[in-house]
Amino acid sequence: MPEGILCNKTPVTSKEQLDSVLADKGGKKYYEEMKRLDVDVEKLQTTLQATCKSRIRTWLEMCAHCGLCADSCFLYLANRKDPTQVPSYKILSTLGKIVKNNGNVDNAHMKYCMDVAWSKCTCCNRCGSFCPYGIDMGVMFGYLRGLCFSQGFVPWELKIGSGMHRIFKAQMDVTPEDWVETCEWMADEQQDEWPGLEIPVDKEGADILYTCNAREPKHYPEDIAEAAILFHIAGENWTVPSEGWEQTCLTLFAGDWAGCKSQVENVYGAIERLKPKRVLGTECGHAHRCMVIEGPYWAGRADGRPPAPYLHYTEWVAEALRTGKIKIDPAKRIKEPVTLQDSCNYIRNYGLKDVTREIMSYLVEPGYFVEMTPNKEHNFCCGGGGGINGIGMYRQQRNVGLKVKRDQILATGCKLVVSPCHNCWDAIRDLEEVYELGIKWTFLKPLLIKMAIIPEHLKPKEEEEE
Amino acid sequence: MFYQFITGPLLWLAFIVFFGGLIVRVVNYIRGLDWQLDRVAYRAHPGMALKGALSSIIHWLVPFGSVGWRFKPIYTFIFFVFHIGLVVTPLFLEGHAVLLKERWGINWPTISMGLADTLTIGVMAATVCIAIRRIALPEVRIVTTFYDYFLLLLTVAPFATGFLTVYQAHNPWAIQDFWLYAHILSGELLLMAIPFTKLFHVVGYFLSRGQLGVDFGVKRAIKAKGGFAW
Ligand code: SF4
Ligand code: SF4
Ligand code: SF4
Repeated sequence: MPEGILCNKTPVTSKEQLDSVLADKGGKKYYEEMKRLDVDVEKLQTTLQATCKSRIRTWLEMCAHCGLCADSCFLYLANRKDPTQVPSYKILSTLGKIVKNNGNVDNAHMKYCMDVAWSKCTCCNRCGSFCPYGIDMGVMFGYLRGLCFSQGFVPWELKIGSGMHRIFKAQMDVTPEDWVETCEWMADEQQDEWPGLEIPVDKEGADILYTCNAREPKHYPEDIAEAAILFHIAGENWTVPSEGWEQTCLTLFAGDWAGCKSQVENVYGAIERLKPKRVLGTECGHAHRCMVIEGPYWAGRADGRPPAPYLHYTEWVAEALRTGKIKIDPAKRIKEPVTLQDSCNYIRNYGLKDVTREIMSYLVEPGYFVEMTPNKEHNFCCGGGGGINGIGMYRQQRNVGLKVKRDQILATGCKLVVSPCHNCWDAIRDLEEVYELGIKWTFLKPLLIKMAIIPEHLKPKEEEEE
Repeated sequence: MFYQFITGPLLWLAFIVFFGGLIVRVVNYIRGLDWQLDRVAYRAHPGMALKGALSSIIHWLVPFGSVGWRFKPIYTFIFFVFHIGLVVTPLFLEGHAVLLKERWGINWPTISMGLADTLTIGVMAATVCIAIRRIALPEVRIVTTFYDYFLLLLTVAPFATGFLTVYQAHNPWAIQDFWLYAHILSGELLLMAIPFTKLFHVVGYFLSRGQLGVDFGVKRAIKAKGGFAW
């Protein structure tokens, strides 16, 4: 049974393996090998038997072929109503066939499944709320990705992503030492402007344990500094773990189920070790999904809840504004039309729609906040979800998909988009790059820092003394 | 003799297969739910689960009750004409109630003949619309199979034949008892087919919508006031 050196059914678990996959720029050799990768039908059958239960089987069997889900999918709309983008068609022709044939499928079919699962669905779950039976393709494509991953049919970038998590317990090569150093560096950097600002590491029993997205220490360390500044202003007793700080889980996008479990356990381990009152995640949708919404199940927690209350960043911000821990200077409120991106991961799939709107009510001068249509739990995916943002091979498909969000933003007439989600933020950035609308996009943290009233005792002292 | 058989033992068989089959369906579905694989804590939060399930089921059961239904008003109208006719007509038809009275002395509520006719015509008209929709719309055509038309035919057959039975006098193709027998047999065939085809959605709808409702009730909409806005 031919297996490639780079493209195979074995997940990346060592530094050497990772380096050799990384060295194959763009996955050229990797995808060449994929063409000859055999399907292990027996293994597929065993997996189906053990994991494909009545929910998914019933969905596949009962689908009325009514096509009502078509218009709910942004990719169908973005591709000018191409019938091959109808959610039910996409799933029936991929997972549907695997299940019907009881795993007897060939290389070509698995390759087709991979293309559809990663380039024609972002697992935004919107279609599930428009199907009369509640058939949720997002859930099923997530499952299909798992089957693809177990057979080695996974986009190159996500093979790497899964390997990163298995080796570094982070989606990028950031070690605990790198992480702690970055925290120290960021705290140092702020001393002139924010004397006494700290980023406490591994403090036990803090009120808040903060977790983030590896791209923050790796590419945007200022995001960590901003989080620290806001905790400083709010006077929070907080900490970060030296180990178990990475809240994201590319393994979820990759369909690497075992990798999901170990990533979640890593973070839950930090919670159990440091016993904070609450845990707070950064402005990231899929990180929240990984640790708070799906995580408890990966970790085998029967109540479906994480070991301590685990908030999305927006929940903390709303609370800080509500309780006056952070006060906004009314003169600095946003006085231009501004809109808000509802991330599928914590709006449709967690229900934080009112919380984000509450925040907007503090930050935006009345009359300037404009809703997108549709919005809240019925919002469209930004176009970059489910890992597609990072997959080179599907860049073209991704760019086409961005059109729906582009038109939604254009229809609001706003030039500013608030996006408290890393993935959506990236997608909107790329959207500007591709379509040049002349818009700006922002996380909440920089906005808050700009608008917050700084308590006297936190301001640098020297000037007064002179 | 033939009439006695098809309204006696065969009818019983049809009911046994229908109810028995559906019970097996429900039991298998529920037994196949797995909190960890589905990632839904089915048992841990019974109150939230029940609320979520009911909200999901009811919003979609009521005409125009969900965002999805309101988004497609024409289809929704056709859909409900079809389904209301399908359920109400056979259950409360005077002709059926008479049988119940004669055989077992049960007094069963009925609807007027006029209403029954309207509903039946509605079912048949909706069938035509649904078939045309399957052919005309590319997004429906691509998922449509021959089997879908077969099921549509199977479903509408008892209604069409029933209608022709009642209007024998005006029926140019009237043959002694033919339409009556065709009506009874197609009705029994439909009953027996339900558990074995995707028509099992007569219970499957409640299971599937309920399941997703629980998913949103205990997990995906826990922070939304009033639950997910279906
Ligand atoms: S989950 Fe989202 S992207 Fe995937 S098929 Fe459904 S609507 Fe389309
Ligand atoms: S709306 Fe639901 S039942 Fe209809 S085709 Fe889509 S998935 Fe199937
Ligand atoms: S990237 Fe944003 S909008 Fe897209 S699926 Fe993820 S959370 Fe939803």
